[in-house]
Amino acid sequence: MMELVCPAGTPAALRAAVEAGAHTVYCGFADETNARNFPGLNFSREEMAAGIDFAHDRGAKVLVAINTFPRAGAQDLWHRAVADAAAAGADAVILADIGLLAHAAERHPGLRLHLSVQAAAANPDAINLYAQAFGVRRVVLPRVLTVEEIAAINRETEVETEVFVFGGLCVMAEGRCSLSSYATGLSPNMNGVCSPASHVAYAETAKGQEARLGGFLIHRTARGAPVPYPTLCKGCFTSGDQTGHIFEDPVSLDATRLIPALRKAGVSALKIEGRQRSRAYVTQVVRAFRAAVEAAERGDPMPEGLLTRLTEGQAATTGAYAKTWR
Amino acid sequence: MPGRMTQPPMPALPLPLPLSPLAAVLSMLMRSTLRRHPAILGRMGAAAGARFLIDVTNVPVLLLIEPALRRARVLPRSARPAHDAAIRGRLSAFLSMLHGAEDGDALFFSGELTIGGDTAAVLALRNALDDAEIDLTEEIAGLAPAAGPMARRLSGLLERRTGLSLHRVTETEVRE
Repeated sequence: MMELVCPAGTPAALRAAVEAGAHTVYCGFADETNARNFPGLNFSREEMAAGIDFAHDRGAKVLVAINTFPRAGAQDLWHRAVADAAAAGADAVILADIGLLAHAAERHPGLRLHLSVQAAAANPDAINLYAQAFGVRRVVLPRVLTVEEIAAINRETEVETEVFVFGGLCVMAEGRCSLSSYATGLSPNMNGVCSPASHVAYAETAKGQEARLGGFLIHRTARGAPVPYPTLCKGCFTSGDQTGHIFEDPVSLDATRLIPALRKAGVSALKIEGRQRSRAYVTQVVRAFRAAVEAAERGDPMPEGLLTRLTEGQAATTGAYAKTWR
Repeated sequence: MPGRMTQPPMPALPLPLPLSPLAAVLSMLMRSTLRRHPAILGRMGAAAGARFLIDVTNVPVLLLIEPALRRARVLPRSARPAHDAAIRGRLSAFLSMLHGAEDGDALFFSGELTIGGDTAAVLALRNALDDAEIDLTEEIAGLAPAAGPMARRLSGLLERRTGLSLHRVTETEVRE
């Protein structure tokens, strides 16, 4: 059966994921070493150790995301995170930075290494180089590949592939996007947060609900209309006499119907986005996808449209997997 | 943290209870809940010092909570209290989110909850409460253990009559 890799932003969400049927849970420490460094989220060292014990007792694995890029002069924070994840019994760490991968491979040779989507490794040569140089065992593929391209990658590598099947959708090459940095001065890739909440402001106005990032108006939604996340890539902008979503419509990824094709393409694991979401989201999405991967294993048809309410913009897309870029 | 915000004036509605006793009970409930779930304040960090205006649109009062001070204040709708962050929505949305029946972001996407002011403080509060797995019925029962069985029976009755979420949902109760 394909492995279901599920998000947990808090210990309660980790327990919810395991109880809902996650094979594996991924989470991060409460600092800028992981790419979901939001207020009130993530794990202390004690919570991580307890969470790993909870998961292991129930046959589930825990991966620790340390997937931001260490800042010069501050590498110790990232090195400590790797050491503490290993000491807590993590089944793998998810890394993006080549310096950190080299450090982990050298100092923690028994620790399984996964390559984060933040590394944006999107072809077999790049993936095989990470395997040869650092012993990377699995790569999380960027959300810019078609199913055919994923199959082509799997034909040319022994590294396991993991792909996103649900949740927030980055349209940019992850790990290289600087849109949020331009508006806020904080980098998703180094500080661990895209559209940091400290720079987001909402206001009800006569024209509708307005969202600003770093003082820039990025969208205005009419009362009762679906509201997107306050990210620049989902912003609605006016240029000349045209107003629209320049980069991407505010929709979420839902690749449920592509699970059989992804399985056939050689994908090992399916990843659900959403460490910033609640335990209610985790329970509903994990339960639905556990049923879907079991159905795929039996050759049954895929269920569809069960999770629309949980999606950004209340709408879903299969993203680049079935590429129809405009 | 951004500067003080003021709430636009709302029409005054008849109040079912005198405000001071209600505020005293809510403050007691808040202190008891924070005692039973000490991780909430730690998880909130600096955001615990913020003043949160809870605007439940279908009840006749406003609620101002200050977690670090362990204080809750009940105000008439005509009040314009200074606050750092505001969350607005129907009672059903707040209770469903608190009890893990509904996802906070989904309620936000659908416009059932709106927020204003310090977004980071709102996120910290939401995430800390979600992790705490609070059960409001049990928190109320914990105030007076001798009356606990009666509180649970009353809560169950109210839940069936109103459809509101009044207890923490289990994994099997989360809706499809």
